[in-house]
Amino acid sequence: MNDLLDAFPVEESDVDRLRGRLAAAAEAEGILDVAYRTVDTPVGPLLLAATEQGLVRVAYPNQGHDAVLQALADRISPRVLHAPARLDPVARQLDDYFAGRRRRFDVPLDWRLSTGFRSTVLHHLATDVDYGRTASYAALAALAGNPRAVRAVGTACATNPLPVVVPCHRVVRSDGAIGNYAGGVEAKRTLLDLEAA
Amino acid sequence: MAEFGPTVLRVVRAVLGPADADDAWSETFLAALRAYPQLPAGANVEAWLVTIAHRKAVDVTRAAARHAVPVADPPETGAEADLPDLDLVAAVAALPPKQRQAVAYHYLTGLPYAEIAEILGGSADAARRAAADGIAALRRTIGANR
Repeated sequence: MNDLLDAFPVEESDVDRLRGRLAAAAEAEGILDVAYRTVDTPVGPLLLAATEQGLVRVAYPNQGHDAVLQALADRISPRVLHAPARLDPVARQLDDYFAGRRRRFDVPLDWRLSTGFRSTVLHHLATDVDYGRTASYAALAALAGNPRAVRAVGTACATNPLPVVVPCHRVVRSDGAIGNYAGGVEAKRTLLDLEAA
Repeated sequence: MAEFGPTVLRVVRAVLGPADADDAWSETFLAALRAYPQLPAGANVEAWLVTIAHRKAVDVTRAAARHAVPVADPPETGAEADLPDLDLVAAVAALPPKQRQAVAYHYLTGLPYAEIAEILGGSADAARRAAADGIAALRRTIGANR
């Protein structure tokens, strides 16, 4: 009875429509713990995820979107759904940013994936290193109150849960070299060139 | 959980027919979302979802019976020679509920009979028998129509 599967075909579009309905119902009921979507950008498709508190994760394709979603399910809640509406504001702001029309992101952030000194570093980065500027790892360590913790700053940037929005691409090496980046060096260069234009 | 969306839709379409399938799918996944945090780690998510879908389908069928809506006749299939699947769909719809459920849960999801027995009640052998009887009935109907 191999014909049975063929007798009940399921179109991708039907499932998408139902998933959309489910996301709306779950949001209304307050059981949509993590909403996600992707946006196409000059640095590749970015995964965006938000809790009810705010944007909680931005991920580059090289970080593996499926792996990132699994990690969100494990660390925050298994109630993870593709639900673009919650991410619409940040998606619009990213569009504007990549078009050169926006220099600062104005969306609520959920910092729960970043703790301790790493969180301190990222908060300073988000408020003290403006669009179009760069800071060295050493300078950021000093800003965060621990000038000797240069390596820890590198780790904080490498594990930044909110790249692009929290601008770890603006952190470069003291000798002027561009340094590493969670989204790859090419993405870092693209962002720095965009902001220098 | 998202990966089982298509499978669950296929199952509720086979068990309930297309008209009620969307609502049963939505209610299944909403109920699953509500209960998900209590699901033990390592549980068989697919079997769990089919279990919920089965209960939703039973609810829908009972509600329909309460409202005394007559069960629709299987669609006319004589004129659709180039769409033989419709014969099969109609034949599945005409199966007794237990056979239809056993066939759908085993042949559309691949769940083992032990899991299906948990869902339907009764033994794994009874579930296997119901599926076998269902398949035999489908072959008879399809054969008679061709």
